[in-house]
Amino acid sequence: MDEREYNMAEEVKVFSTWASPFALRVIWALKLKGVEFDTVHEDLINKSPLLLQYNPIHKKVPVLVHDGKVICESLVILEYIDETWKQNPLLPEDPHQKANARFWAKFGDDKVMQSIGGGVLLKEGKEQEEGFAASMENLKYLEDEIRGKKFFGGETIGLADIALGWLAHYLDIVEEIVGLKLIDQEKFPSLAAWKQEFANAPIIRENWPDRDKLATKYVAMREANLGKGTPK
Amino acid sequence: MADEVTLLDFWASPFGIRVRIALAEKGVKYEYSEQNLKNKSALLLQMNPVYKKIPTLIHNGRSVCESLIIVQYVDDAWKANAPFLPSDPHQRAQTRFWADFIDKKVFEITKKIWTAKGEELEGAKKDFIECLKLLEGELGEKPYFGGENLGYVDVAFVPFYCWFYAYETCGKFSIEAECPKIIAWAKRCMKKESVSRSLEDPKKVYEFVLELRKRLGVD
Repeated sequence: MDEREYNMAEEVKVFSTWASPFALRVIWALKLKGVEFDTVHEDLINKSPLLLQYNPIHKKVPVLVHDGKVICESLVILEYIDETWKQNPLLPEDPHQKANARFWAKFGDDKVMQSIGGGVLLKEGKEQEEGFAASMENLKYLEDEIRGKKFFGGETIGLADIALGWLAHYLDIVEEIVGLKLIDQEKFPSLAAWKQEFANAPIIRENWPDRDKLATKYVAMREANLGKGTPK
Repeated sequence: MADEVTLLDFWASPFGIRVRIALAEKGVKYEYSEQNLKNKSALLLQMNPVYKKIPTLIHNGRSVCESLIIVQYVDDAWKANAPFLPSDPHQRAQTRFWADFIDKKVFEITKKIWTAKGEELEGAKKDFIECLKLLEGELGEKPYFGGENLGYVDVAFVPFYCWFYAYETCGKFSIEAECPKIIAWAKRCMKKESVSRSLEDPKKVYEFVLELRKRLGVD
């Protein structure tokens, strides 16, 4: 018999990588709720058998394992965390406000990340111009949504803040690499203010991945992607 | 205190059908508003400024967008009967995972089935069947993904059933031959009024797909 079966404390494990903004969401959520957990560091070039067993369909991080129960996909994990540990709720009670939070979290993943990551960081020339224009359009929607609020979740950090939070750190690195300003203080004052507020919030500010390491990684990603193109 | 509910939708959209099933399951009275997607209405643009897409639900003047978000909203706003999600958080997470899988993987593949040719088409068919087999695994011996009753994953996936005839005809293959359990599940769902009344005639959908193919220059 495993002695852990006699241990009443919960066992919470997060499978993550140092760079993943998706895994970071899960870490933020657990820490904001004061839940203790262990981190299992994965190397995506050499995925552990356990990760492949727990997430056979997507084979990705993050994966949350709570007392043997496995949950995959960061936004699904966030909702699980919110429903399991009720302190410092990430979602409001009101159905419409809840739907709104989910909408902006999804918009971040489906549109914002795509346009900035795929359209700006990994492109150049005309394609990058188009990616930049799309990104600005997407950021304008975020600007309109955050105006008048401290966080997307209102007075406290909510699901949408956590989902969009990568903008408060990873974006700076992208901007430096491509030499383009996306969240311009003049164009998007409310979003710029949110960025500051979120980046410096307790817990959030203690958990950002190393800037220089990220820059090296993103430069490599950009070069690899551009190198794939036809010779000029 | 009467609820005013309007659904901006397009007849052939499986995403719209999800919402129709959800509202029917909850017994919600609503106005169905067929949208012209080539000439979008001012109401659609006002209620869904970000995506400008259907389905868009309007409930007492406030809009909800994105089909799965709408289905969850319908579940939250009309709590009294027919819950789509289980009460246990881990089971809820599993349910959400599979609905997300349908949107992330399955839908993209199905588009290729009716637009691609040659090797790309063969690849898409293979991927589609693989996805269906994964879904069959998740279904197991249960009558519905939701267990004894229709649940979130059933609502998320069954609308695509009325597109199966179009996939099979364009792709020249039989889904039932490869995944009989999925077809059996779909037919079981169709016995429910909320589903049979919401899904469109597969032949009509196929005609529509042929039109789309012409418009896209597929042949």
